[in-house]
Amino acid sequence: MTKFDENRIVYREVVKAGDPWMHEVKAGQYFRIVDLEGNQAVDTLFYNAADQAERYSATDTIREQGKIYLTTGSELMSNRGNKMLTIVDDTCGRHDTIGGACSAESNTVRYAIEKRHMHSCRDSFLMALGSCSCNHGKTMKKEDLSSNINFFMNVPVSPDGHLDFDDGISAPGRYVEMKADMDVLVLVSNCPQLNNPCNGYNPTPVEMIIWE
Amino acid sequence: MPEAPSYNGFVWKELIPAGAHWSGVIRRGTVLRMTDLQGGANVSMLINNLEVKNERYNMPDTLKAQKTAFLTTPNMCFSDMGRVMCSVIADTCGWHDTIGGLSNANMLQKKYGTKTYQEAHNDYFKNGHDSLINELEKWGLNESDIMPNLNWFSKVRVEDDGSMTFVENNSAAGDYVDLRFEMDCIVSLSTAQHPMDPSPEYNPKPVELSVYKAMKVEQDDPCRLHRGENERAYYNTKVFYGENPND
Repeated sequence: MTKFDENRIVYREVVKAGDPWMHEVKAGQYFRIVDLEGNQAVDTLFYNAADQAERYSATDTIREQGKIYLTTGSELMSNRGNKMLTIVDDTCGRHDTIGGACSAESNTVRYAIEKRHMHSCRDSFLMALGSCSCNHGKTMKKEDLSSNINFFMNVPVSPDGHLDFDDGISAPGRYVEMKADMDVLVLVSNCPQLNNPCNGYNPTPVEMIIWE
Repeated sequence: MPEAPSYNGFVWKELIPAGAHWSGVIRRGTVLRMTDLQGGANVSMLINNLEVKNERYNMPDTLKAQKTAFLTTPNMCFSDMGRVMCSVIADTCGWHDTIGGLSNANMLQKKYGTKTYQEAHNDYFKNGHDSLINELEKWGLNESDIMPNLNWFSKVRVEDDGSMTFVENNSAAGDYVDLRFEMDCIVSLSTAQHPMDPSPEYNPKPVELSVYKAMKVEQDDPCRLHRGENERAYYNTKVFYGENPND
């Protein structure tokens, strides 16, 4: 693994609480997400930059590694069975890949019908898809949103099949770092969810760093 | 084989051979029964709303809302639009997988070798991913609509450290699961083996589909009552169909 070097950073940006973000990471580059204040959930999707019909697949990823949680060594697989990125460093220890993203409609189901108007991850995803110039002029739509990774989020499953949302196991300054195996578009919703412990009921900013 | 209920009347039935694929419309107010005729079947399924096709079965919302990692009665299958697509109203099997995903061509070749149409005619090796693309395309859908799917009759257990175990012999000959559809849906399915099935043989199993008229869905329906989330999703479904959501 190449040691992180401030001098080789090609991009860095703080994504504010609840904001979308979309950017390209080239094959061979490293991509680090820093949980600046701790307990944040970073909902993330990946697409092959050259052909966005190829994208991150939650089920192929967990099945191929034989484990539902992601950490150092996890290979993020596409819907066509190709390796997209590899997690090369992780100071958090566990990331969720079956919890999905919140939407206005799922908020009505999970919390209350009148919560529909609260800001959601799908709102952020759809805003980013419509506004980012990095998707090479191709049109992406709601049907391009598949089940995402939730970096820093804790969704434990027990052998009897019980699933729950737990308080996060992240802390201020913890980060996850990936190396891209192909040119990828990264689509992020820095989750605005106020109704469950995935953000500690208080969404906070994260930092995105790309380096070579 | 146990005596199964016939609800409000029989509509049709069809045998789906082993390793085949199928799609069709299942209407709101009907019950789709899938019967594992020989034991050890796997039915990979995707569900799309017939009218608004980019509304799809959503694994995370289904699992989160019901705090479960598998499906049985009285679970409901939620869409990505906060509505109920179908309800599991009867189940003699007890555990249905929704995190294991689909087999693909490379996986089959590594596990079982190749058997082409030229060698085997209709017994050639078919995988879940390509089988579902075959069905989705007929409805104007495509590869983008291959989402985390349902695998009826298969069991994948998650250990405390997150590792996944395929549990063999989960389903016996005659086991069935009844899905009451709450929306008009396009149902696409593949009877290829589960991708985690450790069998060294390519040995998928047939299933029987049968459809019945559903009984009226009462306010004390066990699926609606299961959790507050289920009732709110059912409320949203009734709003979609222009019905009084408080009935």
